[in-house]
Amino acid sequence: MFEILAEGGLGQFYELSADAGRRVGTAAPAGHYGFLDTPAVRERLVDFSDGATTRVTFAIPEIHCIACVWLLENLFRLNPAIGRSHVDFPRKQVAVTFDPARVELGAVAALLDSLGYPPDLRLADLGGRRAHRVPRRLWLQLGIAGFAFGNTMLFSLPAYFGLDAASGPSFQRLVGWLSLLLALPVVSFAAGDYWRSSWQAWKQRRMSIEVPIVLGLAAIFLQSAAEVVSGAGVGYFDSMAGLLFFLLLGRVFQQKTYDRLAFDRDYRSFFPLSVLRKSGGTEERVALDQLRVGDRVVVRHGELVPADARVASGTAVVDYSFVTGESTPVELGAGAWVYAGGRQVGGAVELETAKAVSQGYLTSLWNQDVFRKTKDDTFDSTTNRYSRRFTWIILAIAVGAAAYWTWARPALAVKAFASVLIVACPCALALAAPFTLGTAQRVLGRRGIFLRNSSVIESMARVDAVVFDKTGTLTQPRRGDDAFSGPALDPVEAAAVRAVAEQSMHPLSRQVAALLAAGGELPVIMGFEESPGNGTRARAGEREVRLGSARWLRATGIGVPDGAEGAGNEVWLALDGRVRGVFRLGSAVRPGIPGMLAGLGRRCRIALLSGDQPRERESFRRLFGDGAPLQFGQGPAEKLRFVRELQESGARVMMVGDGLNDAGALRQGDVGMAVVEDVAAFSPASDVIVEASRVACLADVLEYSRRVVRVVRQGFLVSALYNAAGLAIAASGRLSPFVCAVLMPLSSATVVVFACAMAEWHARRLGLGGETPDPTAVESPATEARPS
Amino acid sequence: MNVILLLIPLSLLMAGGFLWAFVWAVRSGQYEDTCTPSMRVLADDGTIRRPGEKSTETEPRKS
Repeated sequence: MFEILAEGGLGQFYELSADAGRRVGTAAPAGHYGFLDTPAVRERLVDFSDGATTRVTFAIPEIHCIACVWLLENLFRLNPAIGRSHVDFPRKQVAVTFDPARVELGAVAALLDSLGYPPDLRLADLGGRRAHRVPRRLWLQLGIAGFAFGNTMLFSLPAYFGLDAASGPSFQRLVGWLSLLLALPVVSFAAGDYWRSSWQAWKQRRMSIEVPIVLGLAAIFLQSAAEVVSGAGVGYFDSMAGLLFFLLLGRVFQQKTYDRLAFDRDYRSFFPLSVLRKSGGTEERVALDQLRVGDRVVVRHGELVPADARVASGTAVVDYSFVTGESTPVELGAGAWVYAGGRQVGGAVELETAKAVSQGYLTSLWNQDVFRKTKDDTFDSTTNRYSRRFTWIILAIAVGAAAYWTWARPALAVKAFASVLIVACPCALALAAPFTLGTAQRVLGRRGIFLRNSSVIESMARVDAVVFDKTGTLTQPRRGDDAFSGPALDPVEAAAVRAVAEQSMHPLSRQVAALLAAGGELPVIMGFEESPGNGTRARAGEREVRLGSARWLRATGIGVPDGAEGAGNEVWLALDGRVRGVFRLGSAVRPGIPGMLAGLGRRCRIALLSGDQPRERESFRRLFGDGAPLQFGQGPAEKLRFVRELQESGARVMMVGDGLNDAGALRQGDVGMAVVEDVAAFSPASDVIVEASRVACLADVLEYSRRVVRVVRQGFLVSALYNAAGLAIAASGRLSPFVCAVLMPLSSATVVVFACAMAEWHARRLGLGGETPDPTAVESPATEARPS
Repeated sequence: MNVILLLIPLSLLMAGGFLWAFVWAVRSGQYEDTCTPSMRVLADDGTIRRPGEKSTETEPRKS
């Protein structure tokens, strides 16, 4: 890598960051990215192409420091056909513009790979464009509304302070017309989304918060325009622009998203973009969706099985922990079925695909109805339920006031009707929810609990049944009741075994190494051999160490006692050719879980669904209490069905899980919570992504959501008080633009301050307010240490 | 009094200029990623040498 950079004059890379020379993985073999140049893949992968320039965005998980940004943005010095490359650090993406006539897409990907930044190509990348964070349109609307707000307010000031008496009616007319001119883009463009969604609500005969807002806007605009045109006054344009400005501000505040997390992943985000296909005697990389039934594919160590298939030759050792949650790998010989989503942990194996990628056992889960509709469509927020009642009351008051004045003094009737709609415009009401929920979302984000959007809090507040997955959610692999049975190991032996175990990446090996972590100096390792999925052997100092399954040790000529083949996770140890004992590795309940379950069990129903065999039924019975359903051996579709049946019995269900096997249940649940060890890692589609260490505060999080929703209601009450005061003035037909211009911002500001302060206060009360590092925040490059 | 008739168009012109700048910033994607530019400015010291070109720096930087 240094040679490439030195040639390109980019030696400065190493000056920028002392730890820039990270571990560079083995470079991809030639032709690895060739499949990108097939037209079908290229067209769907690139963002934009006009023949002379092509733009493509690659996800690069390796981006982690300033030097990475600098190097990736100087790609044009390494290959003159590359025009501009632009890094988006929080999203870990690079957008590259290049000349397709001079360099091919595959070559660009290969260049990135050779620099140590292999693009992460997933099947989902073919799906099309990625959404903007806060949509540009919303920013522009906010800008227009703010511009009009500021200027009309300045125009109106002389009128409010009685200064325009001196300047005469012609000046007043000028100000009126200017304000009207400024108000036009506000009503048409900045309020565009409100018109659209209230029209949709109207067509579907349901009431949303947008309807009274639009009514108020229309009333203000028409009334003010009438005043200006008739020369009667300057209207309420400043209040209208201000109202919309605050509303849009609330929308921007609510748009908090976590860039490094994806809440909408389906199986396509897990599968690679390409597979190695064998046809005749040659191997070639092809895009996954070009794979046909009957094709032979080669799956190497660590790769995912892309489609349901049969083993053609070699031995498959498949880790289904992704799919079932069961962590013990399964060994399969020729002819056996292998299911998509399993991870090969042995050497390379040849498979013959038997089903299309989208029809597999696992992927067929995504063909269920539950994945077709988005949850937001069906969600009925607290705000909308309130605004239904609210709108009818307001309309009744407006009509009542108009009717009264028609009888008492007809000249005032229209004004009173419009004034009621203007004052009642539920600006403050519409702000209560975005600011309360938005604050709560940020509070939880600081504690490692990330919400898809802020309305998830309302769903969480209504949850009355919680369903847990077991492996990876309630239990964790390490620090369990792991034990070594056999004569105790002396420190030298322990150090030798640990040194060997540390060489392997197999989860069980890591567990053995962690168990022996107390040892001192580690001996030198010689002649390390790993038989993937079976075991490892090496010389450590004076001793010859073998760690592995009973069957493998027998096959290497070591007498393991018969009948020793137990269930679950056992690692046998042989020293110098003789059996020394066996490591029994369990999985332990995460700290804090028993207390959380006990607390939660008092408030709502809890249940356990596990893909595992019922080995641990008794210990979980104690944790969950007597009444709770505990189901073992559950597949993905069964978990989904369990959640659906629970919902049909009237419960609002929260599903807490971690694997792809929970994906259906996570989606079906009213709230799906995905538990991850590392927030940047893959997780199935869900509403909430939570760090594994935070599962224990789940009960507090649910309680917090309930209180936050209560704060939203209190915010409604505050705004209703203002509305009542305003209505009293309006219905009497005496509303002046000045009162309006003071009352509206004041009520909005009160509600916003109240909402944010109360959401923070409740978080502190529940012990959720403390700061922990936000993992989505940018780590400062100076503190980031990676193994070199 | 008549001065205000001059001031109003002037103030509108200025505010319009700011609005145009804001619209340009949004359109060019500056609100998309507010994090990377802050890192970019630290790395790019503008003395990058092209291959074959003589260094513009007299001394190689010490790190």
